Amino acid sequence: MATIVDARGKLCPQPVIETKKAIQEQGTPVITIVDDEIARQNVEKMAQQMGLYAESSEIEGGFRVLIQPVSTDVLSAVMADAGEALGQAIQMLEPTPFPPASNRQPTVVVLSSHCMGTGDDTLGAALMKGFVYALTQLDDAPDTVLLYNGGAKLAVHGADTVQDLKVLEENGTEVLVCGTCLSHYGLTELLAVGSVTNMYTIAEILMGAGKVIRP
Amino acid sequence: MEAIPFCRGGGCTAKLGPAALERVLSKLPRPTDPALLIGAESSDDAAVYQLTDDLAIVQTLDFFPPMVDDPYVFGQIAAANALSDIYAMGGAVRTALNIVCFPEQMDLNILGQILQGGNEKVMEAGGSLAGGHSIADSEVKYGLSVTGVVHPKHIRANHTGRVGDALVLTKPLGVGLVCTAARMGAASEDALALATRSMTTLNRYAAEIADRYAVHACTDVTGFGLCGHLHEMLRPDLSARIYAHRLPVIPEARTYADEFYLTAAAQRNRNFAQGRVRMQGISFADEEILFDPQTSGGLLFAIDAAQADAFAAEIAALGLPSGRIGELIPRMDTEIIVDI
Repeated sequence: MATIVDARGKLCPQPVIETKKAIQEQGTPVITIVDDEIARQNVEKMAQQMGLYAESSEIEGGFRVLIQPVSTDVLSAVMADAGEALGQAIQMLEPTPFPPASNRQPTVVVLSSHCMGTGDDTLGAALMKGFVYALTQLDDAPDTVLLYNGGAKLAVHGADTVQDLKVLEENGTEVLVCGTCLSHYGLTELLAVGSVTNMYTIAEILMGAGKVIRP
Repeated sequence: MEAIPFCRGGGCTAKLGPAALERVLSKLPRPTDPALLIGAESSDDAAVYQLTDDLAIVQTLDFFPPMVDDPYVFGQIAAANALSDIYAMGGAVRTALNIVCFPEQMDLNILGQILQGGNEKVMEAGGSLAGGHSIADSEVKYGLSVTGVVHPKHIRANHTGRVGDALVLTKPLGVGLVCTAARMGAASEDALALATRSMTTLNRYAAEIADRYAVHACTDVTGFGLCGHLHEMLRPDLSARIYAHRLPVIPEARTYADEFYLTAAAQRNRNFAQGRVRMQGISFADEEILFDPQTSGGLLFAIDAAQADAFAAEIAALGLPSGRIGELIPRMDTEIIVDI
């Protein structure tokens, strides 16, 4: 059963503080009822910050905010998966072919310049730094980041993108830098992140990619 | 000391949201008098009207409900806050009029203490309290209408900063969070003491130091929070970069943000600034501090970068947390960029 916090007629921060207390003392799920939009946003913001999931629906004269560890969509998907798994287990008892292997195809990000876009290189470099940082913040990080031509400069000592590329690498993204390009720019000794690769591997990765992103 | 019963969110947290205000104001006809040097159109801090070649008057008013328990301190804070707009424009205070809303059934001694606190700040500002207007209301509200003077050539507008200028903030952020936590009985004595000292400090002293430096623009940081007021300093050709680790902050304010003492005003400020601000790797607490509504907040200066450290050192010597928090840069994809 959900704990209900009726915070109608109360002003911030009260709806937030009372909801927090209910979560800490009673656990989730908690349903908070508020009568204005800003209070709804503040309650949702707190839930998010606590690593919880908030779903709001409009009710007469206000909002109903349901707070739980995962979204209702995920909950029902898990339930459906459980049902399907059971069905599959029953099917397995009969001689059926194995289901096909995962058809998920890798996402590859190609950075072929130290700039993002054309027009102004100072701006382009700042945008590129922002883009690489943004990659680290994605829920689904790319499988591979390929750096060639001017893009190789992003992975060498002194580049402001090195730190974020390292974060990507630590989180499982493959960072590959074109060896020919490094030696062309005289940067081979300065590589700070990623592994050196060759054209054969680059071609293979691009051919096998599900999606190729070129910012 | 008798406590004033608390009304809806006190101080500058009681301000109408910037989005709502912009919508209403945009419908009013613009004044056409050429002697009105600064009016409503530049969302500046005060109105400036030129009288002669070397004299202009600066007009402003501000009032709000209490944000502290002590009526005398509330009077000081409300007055310091109202006087601040004159200093943001580079002016000197001359006269002030009281604006009072007070419940008929409440003890008049409380009103006396509020007015005493206000009067002291007007005197400290070098001005004369010359009258006022009071009405009976269900909640206490107090503030001032202030008139100051400025040389027309020395007006400090808010949107005249230059690319490369350093941004210096003269008071700590987090006052809204501390007052909100205090209202819920959760603020420490130290935090409330620092917030009170900051709110009762006149911006006069920082403004006087600024007179000796190459200051290009200035505003005071109040109800719209740092990001909201910084927005008013920017132009289509100007962005700002802020470094979160350099922000002067009342230390406990970060804890209160993490404990979710969140105001409606801060969320309105956040909604208004969304799309104008990009934060890179900023903690939740620092985000809240960037949108935290300030009561009687500090002045935010755009100053020649070569002079900024010397200026910031003089400001720091005034005794409140302050600092060089960022710089003005050529227009980027976003108005305000906040880095760690």
